[in-house]
Amino acid sequence: MALFNTHNVSIKGIAACVPKEKIRTADYPYFSEAEKDLFIKNVGIKERRVAPSNIATSDMCFFAAEKLIQKLQWNKDEISCLVFVSQSPDYFLPATSILLQHRLALNKNTMAFDVNLGCSGYIYGLQLLSTLVATGQIKKALLLVGDKSTLSTHIEDKSTYPLFGDAGSATAIEFDEKAHPIYFNLQSDGSGEDAIKILDGGARNSVRPDTFNIQEIEPGIKRSRRHLQLQGVDVFNFALREVAPNINQLLPFSHVEKEKIDFFVFHQANKLMNESVRKKLKIELEKTPYSIDEFGNTSSASIPLTMITRLKNQLENKKNTMLLSGFGVGYSWASCILTVNNPICCDLIEIE
Amino acid sequence: MITVEEFTKNLEAEFEEIKTGTLTPTMHYRQIPGWSSMYALIIIAFVDTHFEVQLNATDLKNAQTIQDLYTIVLSKQQA
Repeated sequence: MALFNTHNVSIKGIAACVPKEKIRTADYPYFSEAEKDLFIKNVGIKERRVAPSNIATSDMCFFAAEKLIQKLQWNKDEISCLVFVSQSPDYFLPATSILLQHRLALNKNTMAFDVNLGCSGYIYGLQLLSTLVATGQIKKALLLVGDKSTLSTHIEDKSTYPLFGDAGSATAIEFDEKAHPIYFNLQSDGSGEDAIKILDGGARNSVRPDTFNIQEIEPGIKRSRRHLQLQGVDVFNFALREVAPNINQLLPFSHVEKEKIDFFVFHQANKLMNESVRKKLKIELEKTPYSIDEFGNTSSASIPLTMITRLKNQLENKKNTMLLSGFGVGYSWASCILTVNNPICCDLIEIE
Repeated sequence: MITVEEFTKNLEAEFEEIKTGTLTPTMHYRQIPGWSSMYALIIIAFVDTHFEVQLNATDLKNAQTIQDLYTIVLSKQQA
């Protein structure tokens, strides 16, 4: 059981960046009017941001990181760890984190590496970095998390195209002896590998002449083997089966009472699914912010994006105990309970 | 456990677009007016929230009518 606690680590600030271009569900040409209404009401997505070809995930993370460093007035030479969590890196190799170390003009004494995770990635990234920072050997660290998921969806695939939005984020983590402990519960189940998958392009199925052929999988679903496939019913059941038990394990481990938690920030997957999980856990709606209406499913960036766009005032003005939970591709899922003490929440950055 | 008639009525309430009295236990659930894949997720969420059991892709495939869905929920609850 991957239950952890880390001490002496605190989140000092969060920034997020999205492309300026908005795509509205109401304009999706492959939905009937009834399907549009049903989708907006149940999945909860009215619009989302889509990056043009010149914007990669690393660009969004770069602008988020630059603004955050500037707001915190951090000396760049004091940052000694950078982790980039994404499934849309710039290249197969080298790792995007290393390109970002250089682009951000961080010191060469920075350790930088990538982590390949999606919707659970923010919590995994926090766990990794807080374990490193807790040693006291690293004082300041950056967690850069996000995805350009729209790169991998095909417009004629109704099961994926209207769901995803693009976003990048930056979270500043610092050694802090006054910090409250952070509690984590991290899990994996690779039996769900086919539920969310891009079949071709890796070392298992390298790109071949028919990789890019568009096939009709079923009515309303056309895509190639290089596009994202998503088995909605399976993913839905996975979330209903696993997310609440993960949190119900974490709560007694942390000795934090559920009623003492100010906000529960869930990965923004699908409103119907998230609401089912919320009801299962008997959490008040007021404590469960949503940003899916405005940004869609933004993969690993959805938790920090929701925090800065929906909770900025609450977070910047008092100490809050929060539960964060990410779940999806893999399957991989994780939650954490942490106390944040007036972190800087930068205004949302838009780029084009 | 509630009766199949109550199950049908409660399920119907989940689909705001449908007029009251449209669904019957013998109706094929994929022929619910306006059927789309989203309806499957609504059924799964309804069953999970109210009966604490999960309908997987195979259950949905094997079931034809609303009565079939009810029978699966019942058997899973007793399992």
